[in-house]
Amino acid sequence: MKEITLRVFRYRPEAEAEPTFQEYAVPLRDDWAVLDALNYVKEEIDPTLSYRWSCRMGICGSCGMTVNGDPKLSCGTFLVDHAPGPITVEPLRNFPVIRDLVIEMTDFMQKLGAVQPWIIRDESDDDPDTELLQTPSEMDDYKRYSMCINCMLCYSACPVYGLDSKFIGPAAIALAQRYNLDSRDEGQEERLDVLSEDEGVWGCTFVGECTRACPKGVDPAGAIQRAKLIAANEAVKAFLLPRWVR
Amino acid sequence: MTTDFWQRLHRQRVPLLWWTSRRTYLLFVVRELTSVAVVWFVVYLLLLVRSVGAGPGDYERFLDWSAQPWMVVLNALALALAIVHTITWFMVTPQAMVLKVRGRRVPGVALAGALYVAWFAVSAVILLLVLA
Repeated sequence: MKEITLRVFRYRPEAEAEPTFQEYAVPLRDDWAVLDALNYVKEEIDPTLSYRWSCRMGICGSCGMTVNGDPKLSCGTFLVDHAPGPITVEPLRNFPVIRDLVIEMTDFMQKLGAVQPWIIRDESDDDPDTELLQTPSEMDDYKRYSMCINCMLCYSACPVYGLDSKFIGPAAIALAQRYNLDSRDEGQEERLDVLSEDEGVWGCTFVGECTRACPKGVDPAGAIQRAKLIAANEAVKAFLLPRWVR
Repeated sequence: MTTDFWQRLHRQRVPLLWWTSRRTYLLFVVRELTSVAVVWFVVYLLLLVRSVGAGPGDYERFLDWSAQPWMVVLNALALALAIVHTITWFMVTPQAMVLKVRGRRVPGVALAGALYVAWFAVSAVILLLVLA
């Protein structure tokens, strides 16, 4: 069996002040992704290696890592595509590292909550026995953005977030747009308070790398630019029109 | 709010030359820097308007100043950069702009195509005015 070398970022805060790299030789199997190789290392070579994973099929968004410099889901990145190696595996960039390949994600979770990614609606006039129907066209408006799995690859790819972590970031804005564009939602104004701040949509300089990094085709860069148009329109309306007309 | 491990977290730093680390980052920075050429053309236009307003003598001097080789090279370079700036923004416009006609989204190619048509039409009108 052919082998390939994994060059893995190690950071053990209880033992080391600075991170190091450790090399592991793993079998080069056609059907093995980087995550399979890491599981092999964990089970057969070095049980101290730490990383996050869960579903192994690109749904849970847990196993995001930097593979040969690119933000990737390690379950969808195959060893043979990087043969003959070595394959360098690092934690997602732009996040603090807790240990080895495990990043601290509290900042992202707070930002996600700030945009209220759920349907906001005054249900007092709704008939509880009647479904809120949507046409296929209405669903198409937001469906793409609903594919986000919170894997944070877009934050890792975004140089704006890397340079200023106050920026609310691509996935949070894409998810805000997912609900803003939903015909059942009435929360656009509430979300706009967060999105229209300096650290909201206006922080984005449209590098576009978030869209290229997204493993689910969400296009956060497009969502942010669309949110900018909404924010600008609302700002002009607020300046020119009395409240009862808006 | 952070975890209890906050003090022992390893903080990854963005390198000083981060924009050289990826081709796409470099293209982004080039796109942003080409806006300087657009600013130059605005300044140049204002200088032209001022010279026209100041009378025939000033206008002649402006034309002589503009005909110097270094000015021709500068304007040719600025034109090339302004064209790059325009094309790169036209390329990303369909991503930012969602236009619907009869409930259907207009394809990005059609949207970008319309921008190019408008650009060439305005350029042709200006060219006609200059040549006439």
